[in-house]
Amino acid sequence: MAFSAPTANFTPLNTPFLRSHDNTLVSSLSPSPFFGSTAKLRLSSSPNFNLHRRSGSVVAVSEAVKEKKFKSTRNLLITKEEGLELYEDMVLGRAFEDMCAQMYYRGKMFGFVHLYNGQEAVSTGFIKLLKLQDSVVSTYRDHVHALSKGVPARAVMSELFGKTTGCCRGQGGSMHMFSREHNLLGGFAFIGEGIPVATGAAFTSKYKREVLKEADCDHVTLAFFGDGTCNNGQFFECLNMAALWKLPIVFVVENNLWAIGMSHLRSTSDPQIYKKGPAFGMPGVHVDGMDVLKVREVAKDAIARARRGEGPTLVECETYRFRGHSLADPDELRDPDEKARYAMRDPIAALKKYIIENNLASEAELKAIDKKIDEVVEDAVEFADESPVPPRSQLLENVFADPKGFGIGPDGRYRCEDPKFTQGTAHV
Amino acid sequence: MAAIFHGVGAAASLSLSPSNSFDSNKSVFSPRRSFSARKGASFAVVRSEGTVNLNLKGRRAQQLISNAVATTADSIDASSSSKPGHELLLFEALQEGLEEEMERDPRVCVMGEDVGHYGGSYKVTKELAKKFGDLRVLDTPIAENSFTGMGIGAAMTGLRPVVEGMNMGFLLLAFNQISNNCGMLHYTSGGQFTIPIVIRGPGGVGRQLGAEHSQRLESYFQSIPGIQMVACSTPYNAKGLMKAAIRSENPVILFEHVLLYNLKERIPDEDYICNLEEAEMVRPGEHVTILTYSRMRYHVMQAAKTLVNKGYDPEVIDIRSLKPFDLYTIGNSVKKTHRVLIVEECMRTGGIGASLTAAITENFNDYLDAPIVCLSSQDVPTPYAGTLEEVTVVQPAQIVTAVEQLCK
Repeated sequence: MAFSAPTANFTPLNTPFLRSHDNTLVSSLSPSPFFGSTAKLRLSSSPNFNLHRRSGSVVAVSEAVKEKKFKSTRNLLITKEEGLELYEDMVLGRAFEDMCAQMYYRGKMFGFVHLYNGQEAVSTGFIKLLKLQDSVVSTYRDHVHALSKGVPARAVMSELFGKTTGCCRGQGGSMHMFSREHNLLGGFAFIGEGIPVATGAAFTSKYKREVLKEADCDHVTLAFFGDGTCNNGQFFECLNMAALWKLPIVFVVENNLWAIGMSHLRSTSDPQIYKKGPAFGMPGVHVDGMDVLKVREVAKDAIARARRGEGPTLVECETYRFRGHSLADPDELRDPDEKARYAMRDPIAALKKYIIENNLASEAELKAIDKKIDEVVEDAVEFADESPVPPRSQLLENVFADPKGFGIGPDGRYRCEDPKFTQGTAHV
Repeated sequence: MAAIFHGVGAAASLSLSPSNSFDSNKSVFSPRRSFSARKGASFAVVRSEGTVNLNLKGRRAQQLISNAVATTADSIDASSSSKPGHELLLFEALQEGLEEEMERDPRVCVMGEDVGHYGGSYKVTKELAKKFGDLRVLDTPIAENSFTGMGIGAAMTGLRPVVEGMNMGFLLLAFNQISNNCGMLHYTSGGQFTIPIVIRGPGGVGRQLGAEHSQRLESYFQSIPGIQMVACSTPYNAKGLMKAAIRSENPVILFEHVLLYNLKERIPDEDYICNLEEAEMVRPGEHVTILTYSRMRYHVMQAAKTLVNKGYDPEVIDIRSLKPFDLYTIGNSVKKTHRVLIVEECMRTGGIGASLTAAITENFNDYLDAPIVCLSSQDVPTPYAGTLEEVTVVQPAQIVTAVEQLCK
């Protein structure tokens, strides 16, 4: 019932292997390549599933992490450019979050701030494959999703400082990052409530293609959420609807094993979340979320599947957060040994090792990226510091898209026509 | 212009006393899964002649309807056949409004339980799926929270969904999405995403539907910032509000009432909308302002007949916009009559009436000659038994008594 226990030393990044717990499912599969070729995954008969309505495969796959000798064929998963892009994105996420912690303790930001340290491989692995028009929906742990999607670090940092130059004009905060330009649909404080929104965005994509006849509309939506959310009704309801209507969405579970202080194993009857996909008629895949290249391979397939109109996929990424749930969490319940084991699987260190061992780039080039990112983050802080706080006049501005919604006042004029409205002092 | 309130034959007016013969009420309503529509039952025939609101920008374009006086059957027949427009029932008016908007804008779509092939449990979406397809009129699984959230996500990404709650009470399951996302996302995103969604459905106390199917959700939703709430009460304003709600960039909750779907009225053929923020003057008067909405409008008009015969001259306003209140229309009335009676179907505690009382006191206290009287439903889960249910809601006799007290 438990996960495959994390190994003390991380695996080489270039040998993803396919193995399943359930022999009946994948006995017909050859060991490689993993999930990339859907032809190999088309199981025509599967005694466990009622496939009468679908011809495609419905699988649950767990990719075990296996040691294998690195073959010296130049069979690399990424090019140099891709490698550097992934590296830079992960370093940006890490550096940014570390800076957030510093700024929080210096009193520059307040409230609940949830940091993403350790999980960068999931965000980078998935989001860097997307187009600008694809949508991302996140949770309260959304800073790095925003950065990966392309929201400038300045805008995110300003938002955290509550300044008017923030991506949400300072009105959202840490847990509500939105960007219309980059199709980041939030940022949600309650777990699970973003998943229906993501389902809606995927519905729009299908609607545009089939009703509005925008034949080339193949936008995909990614919904990120955690292990705790997978016990929530909205998760299951959306899995059902997405599979039912074959919506172009990928459900990405960032299983970091802990929901604040609640261990995933203590709260879930069947902790193997990927197995819940086939119950609804979609493939469920488990992947090592500390390994950006493995995540990327799975993501490629899942996103391509959605783009082709074949429907959703449930991807469970086994990952870990190096910090507490939020900056207010003393993080006393997690076993230090567990933390140490995962720290050794730091995704950034792993990618760095891969890049250098495979001669994709030199140490100097990577250090240059580190330095560049440091400057970006410093600049973001400076920008945020110097930005103005929202004036009172901003208070009433975005409550309604059409401010007539504030109604008609006793004098017969709309409230929004009151001059004090733009000052933020009107009586509404 | 005569507004005629007329009870038709055996299918007695819905506002009569409890022993009324509701022969049409033989249809059985079983919760959520199957429903036989009340076909052919005419609860009451209301003919009002609002003019076509051609000046869509003007707030006062809708003309006043005067004199709620019962007339004989002859004059009704004579007047209806010679007037322009077409006659239909309230649910057909809603359907017409929805259909016209769907034709006008291909981004308008409908989502809800049994809206497609079944045609809607109250037939508001009848035949629409055949016309527009299964994706535009989407039959959802029974997952209110999620499909409301899906509607919100679709609205954020460019569509204009109309989400139907089969009964307004079911939207309690969608409260998370309505409060957190529908109301707030425009604000927390700094204005980046608009949510032009319409959430609609029948609510209110019906005929012995039991406590859970008789809820008045307007009182629960009214505090949510960022949403508008309107309640329709006639075929004319049902169609007009439906269209205005769909065209609005704000999230709008449209409250319909289970017992009003079979009201018949003649409405204009031309395209028109009803302003979302305005109240409707039903009957101008001098002695007392009666503020009401939805089904209680008919109880009030029934009481108005009695009051007129007793020599009173009540001014009846259907507030229509539950959030925000049209304080201009209401205020002008208060300034004229100096007495206010609110008749609502919400519970006494925390209802629309309670908010309205506060708003009027705050703004027009100087104009009041007497404390505001608010008649609301009892703070009781609506009982199944007909006799008990009847005393849970406000009846015309109580309204008459209240006016008499107020005007002493």
